[in-house]
Amino acid sequence: MINPLTTEVQYNKSGQKIVSPDYLLFEAPREKFFMTGSEAVKEAVKRASVDASVSYPITPQSEAAHLIGELWVEGYVGVYFRGESEFGVMSEVAGCALAGARTITTTSGPGTLRAFENFPMWAGTRIPVQLVLMARGVNSPLSIQPDNLEVGFLLDTGCMIWYAENAQDLFDMILAGFVVAEKPAVHVPVITVVDGFFVSHTREAVMLPPDDIALPPYDPKKAPMPVIDLEVPPGRFLRDPFVMKSNYISYATHASWQFEVRAAIERSRPYAKHYLRGLIEEFGNPDADIVFVAAGTAASQSKEAVRLLKDEHGIDAKVVKLKTIRPFPYEELRSAVKNAKYIFVPEFNVVGWMEREVRRYLYKHSDAEIIGAPRVAGGMTMPAEVIVEEVLDYLKVR
Amino acid sequence: MSFKVFQINEEFLDVMPKEIVDLQENATWGNPKRGVMDLPFHKELIEEHSLCAGCPEAAALRYIMASIPNPEDTVIVNSTGCTSLVFPHIAMHTVHSLFGNQNAVASGIKRVLEYRYPDKVKDVIVLAGDGATIDIGLDCTLQSFFRQEKITTICFDNEVYANTGGQESGATPKGHVFKMAPKGKQFEKVPMWQLAIDSGCKYVARLTVSSPKRVESVIKKAVYVAREVGPTYVHLYTPCILEIGLNSDQGLEEMRSKDKERFAFFEYISPEAEEVINRKKAEGLL
Repeated sequence: MINPLTTEVQYNKSGQKIVSPDYLLFEAPREKFFMTGSEAVKEAVKRASVDASVSYPITPQSEAAHLIGELWVEGYVGVYFRGESEFGVMSEVAGCALAGARTITTTSGPGTLRAFENFPMWAGTRIPVQLVLMARGVNSPLSIQPDNLEVGFLLDTGCMIWYAENAQDLFDMILAGFVVAEKPAVHVPVITVVDGFFVSHTREAVMLPPDDIALPPYDPKKAPMPVIDLEVPPGRFLRDPFVMKSNYISYATHASWQFEVRAAIERSRPYAKHYLRGLIEEFGNPDADIVFVAAGTAASQSKEAVRLLKDEHGIDAKVVKLKTIRPFPYEELRSAVKNAKYIFVPEFNVVGWMEREVRRYLYKHSDAEIIGAPRVAGGMTMPAEVIVEEVLDYLKVR
Repeated sequence: MSFKVFQINEEFLDVMPKEIVDLQENATWGNPKRGVMDLPFHKELIEEHSLCAGCPEAAALRYIMASIPNPEDTVIVNSTGCTSLVFPHIAMHTVHSLFGNQNAVASGIKRVLEYRYPDKVKDVIVLAGDGATIDIGLDCTLQSFFRQEKITTICFDNEVYANTGGQESGATPKGHVFKMAPKGKQFEKVPMWQLAIDSGCKYVARLTVSSPKRVESVIKKAVYVAREVGPTYVHLYTPCILEIGLNSDQGLEEMRSKDKERFAFFEYISPEAEEVINRKKAEGLL
């Protein structure tokens, strides 16, 4: 970026040229690389002027955490170490962010739940930490297979939840995630979800901008809450005064703060819309009355199902891919399904949290039948043919 | 750091409680020789704090607040419990996040402050009770010692979970009857000061807060050593007079009796710490 006072080009601590988020995400020339989702995390962090990262091993996110460590060795990340557990790590990154650092960490499956108490704390202290969650099964018996049940637990922690479909999405979302989460009007954590293994461990083509440019560094002085670096006023008291007394003022204080955190998520919409090029993406025939609503790799499989339905059965269908779950893109979804007769919600978990969300936001806004299927869990893949069969069975065309 | 950071906005001065204004006007920032002898003339904690009348923890907090060598550039990280209730009433940066993660949060703060301000002294002090330090937070506490985080950890040991109504803790002596130990505690008091030494702390002290001057000396040593060498640990007996059935004027007597027992003064100084302490003594700061 050019300093308007001196017209000098500015560089970050790693010596990369600072460019605007718009330039980095939309305008810079891109080149094609073949890489895994974990490697895409490294490439994003490398261009994000990240100050701090703390890691803990758990499959399938460990590789991404290793690669962030390599960036630390190479001088692209300021602070990096392995914490004692996911609970410790999420606490350590909270400390890093409270002290004014742009902070990122990664976790998966059971680690998410071990760390859980921290996520509402992050949101309540309004720190813009980015968690890259490589979703994986959580319940006993132990499994390392992909499944996104844990996302259902995270929905109401007060963090933004974005969902990447593939390595390209993940790269772009990590960069956009910092930009949106750090807007003074927003300033809440962002959890960037991607399906473990399906994306983290598979290689695909990713278009990358050059690695000698980077996002403008985080400026904690713009945070709506005072940064704990002993440099920025006000600096006298506990940043979150206790409201444990039993009286109506403290009830109101606590409740209004919870609303404020959720309002901050709502205020992220216009920024997310800009940097993610919309909160949803549509694929297929726009006028089709069969609609799949999905996120992540469930959206990829649905896209393939749309193609099969058209090519093999002459049936028109479309996919509405949700890029953000918090904020939930309800206006975009309502508009996208206004011609729908059947809404299928394919997802990779047992409980069907996405179906619940879709029903909740379409209640009284759509007359379509909402079908929470197909649904797989425990690591099973969701072949496009299974989605097609679900549709054919439901329509009784066979 | 500018001391202006700590000044109350002029437009608010007439609506702020007098005690809060006193915290600003009578504080002793900017003087590394400050200490407990300033307490009669200066103010570190408001009188109407939320601890019980006669609570030894309130006395401990005053002594610590008066002894911190660099309060204007010190962050205190605390944990859930009686201490967290009193932190809104002091004039320092404090952070409370969850129950038991204080040493982890402090690790992140300390490392980032060192990264962002490599040429400035910024101390990070953890202050939490025995439940937070020795039970629920033991993992985070010991691991911060293993990692050699340059932070000072102070444990207010009242040998009981007092804030939640008197449950036995890891620091309760064997045999004491408390709620959740209706037949008396089944295992020995956890020797946290020894665990701290074994886990890599460079300076460790165990004492009661019956002697303000001794508390001052220990806190200053712990902060100076942590700043230069590595983790330090201070274990203070701050009895909960409410839970052990004493009157508000009996806290000091209780601590003096324990000065000769399980809280007899004990100090561990590593060779690296000794070098720092001797230098600070020569500089007139200890």
